[in-house]
Amino acid sequence: MKNLVILGAGTAGTMMASHLKKKLNISDWTITIVDQYKTHYYQPGFLFLPFDTYKPEDVKKTIDEFIPKGVKLVREKIDIIDKDSDTVVLENGTKLKYDILILATGTKTAPGEVEGMLGDYWYKTIFDFYTFEGALALRDKLKDWKGGKMVVHITEMPIKCPVAPLEFAFLADSFFLKKGMRDKVEITYVTPLSAAFTKEKSSAALGHLLKEKGIKIVPDFAVEHIDGEKGVIVDYGGDEVPFDLLVTIPTNMGDEVMLRSGFGDDLNYVPTDKNTLQTTVKENIFAIGDCTNVPASKAGSVAHFQAEILTENILLYIDGKELKPDFDGHANCFIETGHGKALLIDFNYDYEPVKGKFPFAGIGPLNLLTESRLNHWGKLAFRWIYWNMLLPARKLPFITPKMSKSGKNFD
Amino acid sequence: MEKVIAGKSVDVDTNGYLTDLSQWNKDIAIEIGNEEGINEVTPKHFEVLTYLQEQYKKDIALTIRGVGKSGVVDIKELYTLFPKGPLKISSKMAGIPRPKSCI
Ligand SMILES: Cc1cc2nc3c(=O)[nH]c(=O)nc-3n(C[C@H](O)[C@H](O)[C@H](O)COP(=O)(O)OP(=O)(O)OC[C@H]3O[C@@H](n4cnc5c(N)ncnc54)[C@H](O)[C@@H]3O)c2cc1C
Repeated sequence: MKNLVILGAGTAGTMMASHLKKKLNISDWTITIVDQYKTHYYQPGFLFLPFDTYKPEDVKKTIDEFIPKGVKLVREKIDIIDKDSDTVVLENGTKLKYDILILATGTKTAPGEVEGMLGDYWYKTIFDFYTFEGALALRDKLKDWKGGKMVVHITEMPIKCPVAPLEFAFLADSFFLKKGMRDKVEITYVTPLSAAFTKEKSSAALGHLLKEKGIKIVPDFAVEHIDGEKGVIVDYGGDEVPFDLLVTIPTNMGDEVMLRSGFGDDLNYVPTDKNTLQTTVKENIFAIGDCTNVPASKAGSVAHFQAEILTENILLYIDGKELKPDFDGHANCFIETGHGKALLIDFNYDYEPVKGKFPFAGIGPLNLLTESRLNHWGKLAFRWIYWNMLLPARKLPFITPKMSKSGKNFD
Repeated sequence: MEKVIAGKSVDVDTNGYLTDLSQWNKDIAIEIGNEEGINEVTPKHFEVLTYLQEQYKKDIALTIRGVGKSGVVDIKELYTLFPKGPLKISSKMAGIPRPKSCI
């Protein structure tokens, strides 16, 4: 019997368990998946919790519901990976030997990285919405907030779902308008990037939307510390942005297990081949989802595309064949823009998001990089797709792991 | 597209970043620095530029955090040397592509 071990039973780990259960020969392989928690959160739903449009129960299910029968689920914290002896050591001392290891431990917020973020003002005037607790604390704050200066802020890149802070700003605009208090709230978007987004064409479109909604943007701002008492964020150059309510995306970091095991980069991300998803740590260790250092978006849709390619590569690896360099950085994200509308972007390592139709050239029905109601329904449908199609690794009709260029207006 | 910087014709992208590091020299760095408002380009600036070029050649993605931990400068110094968007300006001076944030 051979052992394949998956670390992390979030989006990517669960998808890999579903794929491999279907593809590996059960009489030869034991599949084990490890996670420290009981709950599987639908993280994209965290965006809607602060505005009370999703309820807590809408974004939570149990991990074991999605682990296919025949895959062994171990609930325990991972302590360290010993690559030399091909062993994973869990916190309770259990040792798991593996022939193939798949890392899927994700990324999480690290508010302790910036001076003044955690402390007396955390969850009083300084909030995050990238965690379940943070999103709910912010919901309670927004319930009876009287208005003032709201600052939506990215600490440093990369972050998972890089469009989520923009969406938050758009939805906040919509939320305060509906509450009849938009005139009492000043919304400022503070980013270390030079524009609303890094990709040029979408930056222009998104920057335009910010303007239209009366949201001020402060670009090129790298926060050095936060002064909660004074209510300001201060950057390395000494510039200050005042706030009454700070909604920040703290630094995102991979799990410390990578640090302990001696192979994370300076944000604990695992060095991984950006096309094959084999790590450079050792040939029998692969990585998928938010835990890698590949220069693609950290998003569930990306993990979905990666999962199909990684499954194929694991099978090739088992057969002793050459891996396929097939992951092209494909990402596909809906961007909520408020008032029941959304944008859709589709891009990869080489092609930035442009306008056009998706998934069928000329027909759509979804419009790329253009606001529409249908895109918004697409975003809401994503939750159903996530639980029912992505996690069980069912094929999505018409959407291929490699980005399609047809129907797009490149110029 | 081509541009003459410090008397030398070099290939640049639409944002003025060199597309071929082999065409780079110190005078080019100084002239780009001046254009970006850095009036005096010091040996410390060049230490940072050399570090960036080395990382680029090793195909390592650049981050402010990474430069801050490099031992060459800390983040505060980096901002003093290259005010406002230090990574963008230093990359331009170093003759390497505009840093991409992972998206
Ligand atoms: C606010 C928000 C909005 C988002 N919106 C979108 C969206 O619209 N579209 C989209 O595609 N994506 C979106 N995402 C991103 C998406 O949720 C993630 O990219 C995706 O969940 C990544 O999957 P993963 O498996 O890599 O990591 P995760 O799903 O985070 O799973 C990692 C798992 O590893 C476990 N783990 C880690 N370390 C250890 C350890 N030491 N021991 C034991 N277990 C461990 C964790 O407990 C966790 O269960 C959003 C994310 C956020 C936060």
